[in-house]
Amino acid sequence: MLSHTSLYILDIALMGMGIYALIAKRHIIKKIIGVVIIEYAINLFLILIGYRAEGVAVAPIQDAEIGATELAAKAVDPLPQALVLTSIVIGLGTLALMAALAIKLYEKYKTFDMSEINRLRG
Amino acid sequence: MNHILPLMVGIPLGMAVITLILSKIHNRIADISATATTIATAAMSFYLIGTGESTYWMGGWFPPFGITLVFDGLSSLLLIIVNTVALLSVVFSLSYMEKYTAKPKFYSLFLFMLAGMNGVVLTGDLFNMFVFLEIASIASYALVGFGVEHEELEASFKYLILGTVASTMVLLGVALTYAMTGSVNMADVSAMLKSFPATKTMAFAAGAFIMGFALKSGLVPFHAWLPDAHPSAPAPVSAMLSGVLIKAIGVYAMVRVIFDVLGASPVFLEIMLVLGALSMAVGGFLAIGQWNLKRMFAYSSISQMGYVVVALGLGTHLGFIAGLFHLFNHAAFKSLLFLSAGSIEHATGTRDMKELGGLAQRMPVTSTTTAIGALSISGVPPFNGFFSKLLIILACVAAGRWFLAALAAGVGVVTLLYFLKAMRFSLFGELPKALSNIKEVPFPMAFSVIALAVVCLAVGVIFLVDPAFSDIFLQPAAEVLMDGLKSNASSYIASVLGG
Amino acid sequence: MDIKEITRDKSLGMTIIVKTISRLIVSFILVFGLYIVLYGHITPGGGFAGGVILAISYVLLILAFGGKVAVAKMSGFWASMWDNLGALAFVVIGFLGLIGGYFFLNFINHGTPGKLISAGIIPLCNIAIAVKVGAALYAVFLALSIYGRISTEEDE
Repeated sequence: MLSHTSLYILDIALMGMGIYALIAKRHIIKKIIGVVIIEYAINLFLILIGYRAEGVAVAPIQDAEIGATELAAKAVDPLPQALVLTSIVIGLGTLALMAALAIKLYEKYKTFDMSEINRLRG
Repeated sequence: MNHILPLMVGIPLGMAVITLILSKIHNRIADISATATTIATAAMSFYLIGTGESTYWMGGWFPPFGITLVFDGLSSLLLIIVNTVALLSVVFSLSYMEKYTAKPKFYSLFLFMLAGMNGVVLTGDLFNMFVFLEIASIASYALVGFGVEHEELEASFKYLILGTVASTMVLLGVALTYAMTGSVNMADVSAMLKSFPATKTMAFAAGAFIMGFALKSGLVPFHAWLPDAHPSAPAPVSAMLSGVLIKAIGVYAMVRVIFDVLGASPVFLEIMLVLGALSMAVGGFLAIGQWNLKRMFAYSSISQMGYVVVALGLGTHLGFIAGLFHLFNHAAFKSLLFLSAGSIEHATGTRDMKELGGLAQRMPVTSTTTAIGALSISGVPPFNGFFSKLLIILACVAAGRWFLAALAAGVGVVTLLYFLKAMRFSLFGELPKALSNIKEVPFPMAFSVIALAVVCLAVGVIFLVDPAFSDIFLQPAAEVLMDGLKSNASSYIASVLGG
Repeated sequence: MDIKEITRDKSLGMTIIVKTISRLIVSFILVFGLYIVLYGHITPGGGFAGGVILAISYVLLILAFGGKVAVAKMSGFWASMWDNLGALAFVVIGFLGLIGGYFFLNFINHGTPGKLISAGIIPLCNIAIAVKVGAALYAVFLALSIYGRISTEEDE
């Protein structure tokens, strides 16, 4: 069983991995994957903020079996989940745009190597 | 409740979609609807000046629970800049964008970008700011790559990657802020942060925010994407990107978060000064060596945004006035310059200064407006750029920052130098044989550049003779920033939470 | 061409096993997507998740049978049209709130929590979002897979 802190550390490690892929890899698709990993690490971070380490966490939905006070004490924070959903949608938009650009770049330059795509300089 | 506030976002957003639907009937409808929308938003932004500060609760949910739209002096200034430049850019595109296919898609993306920027300027909610930031950014990534040629795609991809990293940093800042305070409403967060001592987590969140917004506004050392992205876009988009986008989602967002949410501590102001001074100097010196007209203007944007950030980072009333005035002026003359460069490219088919020359003989209107823009940005009296640069230097001196004052003056000379180069090689000299049969641009393009040139000249003169200009536009905005300097509960918090 | 004929024709799409299973399962995916959308306000899910599932049923058609079957059911033009209409519906719902005094005001009777007809405008928003997301995701998939591939083949 992992403690709360180590979850955060793992999350930051995931983000570091994304940054590594973004900086060190020259392949366009790998760069895109790096960006997506960074995005997801932040999303995971937001989810972790709403997580309750103590006690049993339940989904933030009220029904007949669970009273309002018990729900407030036990349920995970729903706001970060709503925020993450929005941020995932935005991530989907950017990912689609990145994929489209990657296809178009390949059409024009016949390569996925970012170091060969260098017409703009100075 | 001021019902115009949600309309500033809602109308462009709705019209962006309606434009696409109606354009399936006829392409011309897109021209009309985009122009009508921008006229409406520009008119509303001017109407809002007289209405005073107000807040709006989206869906009737009161703060800190719902999304709040906050309108104050600073928002007012930015709204006017954004919507006026948008209107003139759309008028310019009526003729300019003819050479591109899929014009309705251009207008749709343009209106999405406009909605996003209006949203960023108006919102009083940190996460909502991130969402609008992304709407504006994603539309601008697509617009940069609108030409789908080699350079455009490369620039768009670079901009997309760095822009996404910037947005992610902003989101990290929002997440950390939420973790610390349990709220994303700016006024609520600010009130809570003032009540407990500064922590390392908040410092980290502030770092994430500043890095994200600095990347979006292209400040050195986060500027790598800007000289690629801004010149590659179609001219009206370049004008929007350089003229307003880097201000609305970069500098404005940074200033709003630092002053109204985190509280403007001396550390943040010092960071702004360093970023601004670096941008000012590096952008200016890199611009000298450029031979591509639009690329030079892009580097000049970095340099001029440095001026704005330095002035705002001084933390004095005069500094705020000077910085905001320069922000206003830069929007006017930089969009003028980019639109004029677009006119030149439209007529000659090139933007390489080595292939240009003698345009003053053939294109009197464009040449005059380009010259006015260049003289304004170089700080030649009586144009508006002179007064704002003078104020910035005076503010630096008044704050005891002699080095910054000297740097600002020195970079001002450098600016004059490279714009003289631009004018010498493009407007004057001998007309190359290849360009002997070029014509003046059509009316809508000429109208836009003339309007902006008139703004450049008129604002300079009006600022000199009539203090009412400063009272209406600049003072309320500067008051908002002065308010952010206070360490106790500010009137921003009171107006949002108590309203 | 009829979808059953394509299933039998070995030259089109993927193997016959995949095609048969997809043909059987695709309507269930569609119905499940609709359920997620319509019950979005009282159970986990909602417009975005449901819209993605709706789009996936079309994407499955493309994957199993090739592009033509899905395009015959919904062309790129209609995908982008529905995409726009969904977004428009969402904005219109926001503007209708102005009648009650606020942008995006929940102006319909909220009803009893937990019932299907409840929560005011939230189910309507979910439906608008589902149309928008489903059509947009399908259009993106079409653009990236079919249209993207055609243009690269022409170049080479």
